[in-house]
Amino acid sequence: MLTMFLRSRELLLLVAIAALLVVVTWRFPGFITLANLANVYNDTSILIILALGQMVVILTRCIDLSMAANLALCGMVAAMLNFYVPGLPVLLLVLIAVVLGTALGAINGLLVWKLDIPPIVVTLGTMTIFRGTIFLLSGGAWINAHQMSDLFKSLPRGIVAGMPVLSWLSLAVIIAMLVVMRRTPTGRAFYAVGGNPHAAVYTGLDVGYTRFKAYCLSGGFAGLAGYLWVSRYAVAYVDIAAGFELDVVAACVIGGISIAGGVGTVPGAVLGALFLGIIKNALPVVNISPFAQMAISGTVIIIAVAVNARAERRKGRVILKRAEHVA
Amino acid sequence: MLHDTTTSRIAPAITLEGISKSFPGVRALSDVSLTLYPGSVTALVGENGAGKSTLVKILTGIYKPDGGSIRINGTAVSFPTAHAASKAGVTAIHQETVLFDDLSVAENIFIGHAPKTRFGFVDWAFVNEKARALLKEIGADIDPSIRLRDLGIANRHLVAIARALSIDAQVVIMDEPTAALSHKEIHELSELVEKLKAAGKAILFISHKFDEIFRIADRYTVFRDGRMVGEGLISQTTEDQLVRMMVGRDVGQVFPKKQAEIGEPVLTVAGYRHPTEFEDINFELRRGEILGFYGLVGAGRSEFMQSLFGVTKPSAGAVRIDGNIAVIRTPSEAIAQGIVYVPEERGRQGAVIGLPIFQNVTLPSLGQVSRKGFLRMAREFALAREYTARLDLRAASLDQDVGTLSGGNQQKVVIAKWLATKPKVIILDEPTKGIDIGSKAAVHAFMSELAAEGLSVIMVSSEIPEIIGMADRVIVMREGRIVGRFEREELTAERLVRAAAGIGAVPGEGA
Repeated sequence: MLTMFLRSRELLLLVAIAALLVVVTWRFPGFITLANLANVYNDTSILIILALGQMVVILTRCIDLSMAANLALCGMVAAMLNFYVPGLPVLLLVLIAVVLGTALGAINGLLVWKLDIPPIVVTLGTMTIFRGTIFLLSGGAWINAHQMSDLFKSLPRGIVAGMPVLSWLSLAVIIAMLVVMRRTPTGRAFYAVGGNPHAAVYTGLDVGYTRFKAYCLSGGFAGLAGYLWVSRYAVAYVDIAAGFELDVVAACVIGGISIAGGVGTVPGAVLGALFLGIIKNALPVVNISPFAQMAISGTVIIIAVAVNARAERRKGRVILKRAEHVA
Repeated sequence: MLHDTTTSRIAPAITLEGISKSFPGVRALSDVSLTLYPGSVTALVGENGAGKSTLVKILTGIYKPDGGSIRINGTAVSFPTAHAASKAGVTAIHQETVLFDDLSVAENIFIGHAPKTRFGFVDWAFVNEKARALLKEIGADIDPSIRLRDLGIANRHLVAIARALSIDAQVVIMDEPTAALSHKEIHELSELVEKLKAAGKAILFISHKFDEIFRIADRYTVFRDGRMVGEGLISQTTEDQLVRMMVGRDVGQVFPKKQAEIGEPVLTVAGYRHPTEFEDINFELRRGEILGFYGLVGAGRSEFMQSLFGVTKPSAGAVRIDGNIAVIRTPSEAIAQGIVYVPEERGRQGAVIGLPIFQNVTLPSLGQVSRKGFLRMAREFALAREYTARLDLRAASLDQDVGTLSGGNQQKVVIAKWLATKPKVIILDEPTKGIDIGSKAAVHAFMSELAAEGLSVIMVSSEIPEIIGMADRVIVMREGRIVGRFEREELTAERLVRAAAGIGAVPGEGA
């Protein structure tokens, strides 16, 4: 187990993160304080939750490009309910956001499962539909901070045992996902379906249904993140989190989740998200312009993909040798 | 050696001498010779696995031979790449044509060697005109500008042939060209072969259909177990002689067949049919029995098994397990009813590369190793250890990725996975295809052991020695139908080959 960990991509990422921290601290010593690191984690919480949802979808050889739009729609619905129906308890609103997100994810899943449409097409389509629906619901208007109840805004910021609720929530999601991926038949099915769909069929796993479940999960996480986003930034409008789905995919890729499916771990996705989170938080404090930040993030993603591709190519050579043997 | 008068005066178009090719653990071709003459059709016959495909791959530059020489018009040549072979004038038309669906017919004919204008662009006007002329030459009524996707199988073959002519091929290999054709299309194809002959091409014709061979070919070459065992003129041989050459072998391999006690029927299949793959499948499988399914590749055996296992839906048919009607709509229902299927393509359908060995083994038994919806790793390891040990799996640790194992050991993991579900019926589709001799023997011994323990085994195999060595009873399928049933005592290689190829009974025999 230990040697496996030492050779793993997770360790490589940890080393990369440590190196990044060293560089940033050299320029700005205040960055490495516990309080600041806790802040960075809190800032990255939403990305972590989304990345874990995306991870499951990618594991099954699919992709969910509609996550950010799903997030925005669920966030808008929660904010509008909070504004127009003031009596509703906030926890009920959170629940509604999660259920709605799951339902939207289920639409993606059904289209992929029953109609066999390529996942990238399905979620590209629903991404636009979800955004359009927000416009139809809100008429293009914003829900601003003063239109939201205090509890609605303050719940994720509330401090419990020294940490904001938002951080606790993402931690809970990480632990839940660790258990699901390692300890449940469904988690195992995600890996098997992505690793070898043909073999999965003969093993009695329903490939389409497993993908459907993955989309429901990513949708549910997007719904939860929708409420968290809207309450944290205290604003809801059509374009919130626009383009954020790419950050989520990037976090997965950096975290070693193979786009080819079947390979990836919860710690990997979390570390990938943290890596992006640290870059986004650290670069401004060391005075790097936003444009250079984008270029740096992009470079990191390409390096990560190149490292993954190299690892997979090595595997390919072994298989080829064997293929010759079989022929 | 040969005393024929028709071709001895003509110089051979291509001569292969002493060709050998080995793969790790398998000797695919040893010291094989083959001569093709211009304007003549040579039929290459042999069982599945006799080395025909390997030879075609050597001829087309896909494999490099370990030894031997190839001469074209008397000059020694070598084909380091597929491109070199096609430049030398050797081309193959495959069973499933390897062409580009979304390109036009003309583009397909000229891709890779399209004539260019003086500016270095493709000369489309010339390409289209030349394609039209070529198609006309072979009597094909095809518009060169339409997409290949919109053509039927027969017309695709015509395009492939036009392509062969466009590179001015002297040697044309037709690898089971009629396998997917209707009667009318086959007739058209044989007219075309005549035209190619008249144009002076040397043709290598690979087919399992004897009626075709005798109608089309002028000469024959027979392969068996990677050796050339006979050649001559078709006019001087008979079906019987060819069959005997194909199967006549030394019994070099000893099969570890144990006599199992055969009990009551476990599985009864009645009236299974599918709109396009198979029909009228009826049989009974008894406890402790190994039932062989023999047939040529494409006879519908795997398709039927997949349907029995719930992967595809049959259009009609009933299954009884232990006398009770069983409804099987999905593989998971089949597994629950005690039927498991070890598919043929180990890589594609068998092991999940990326998952460790133990997780591969427990994949269909996740319910068994969980409690209250959570997987118990200790139980997983226990189950995996029990069954991999029974199969004598050689692995450093059950934690290691299944992709790091050899082919034979991967096969053991796949079989262990199925045994762990404690099935009543196990379907093994080509269980030893492509694995080394040692692993083969282990799989055979294990199969025998399973039957002795009261499991019922269906073994789909295209290897005659394996069928004869292991099966208690054999069903032969041909073109989606059962065409023969043999008890163990009646099994001979000749009978199996005749039934599978659709030739009548051995002369002087009733059955």
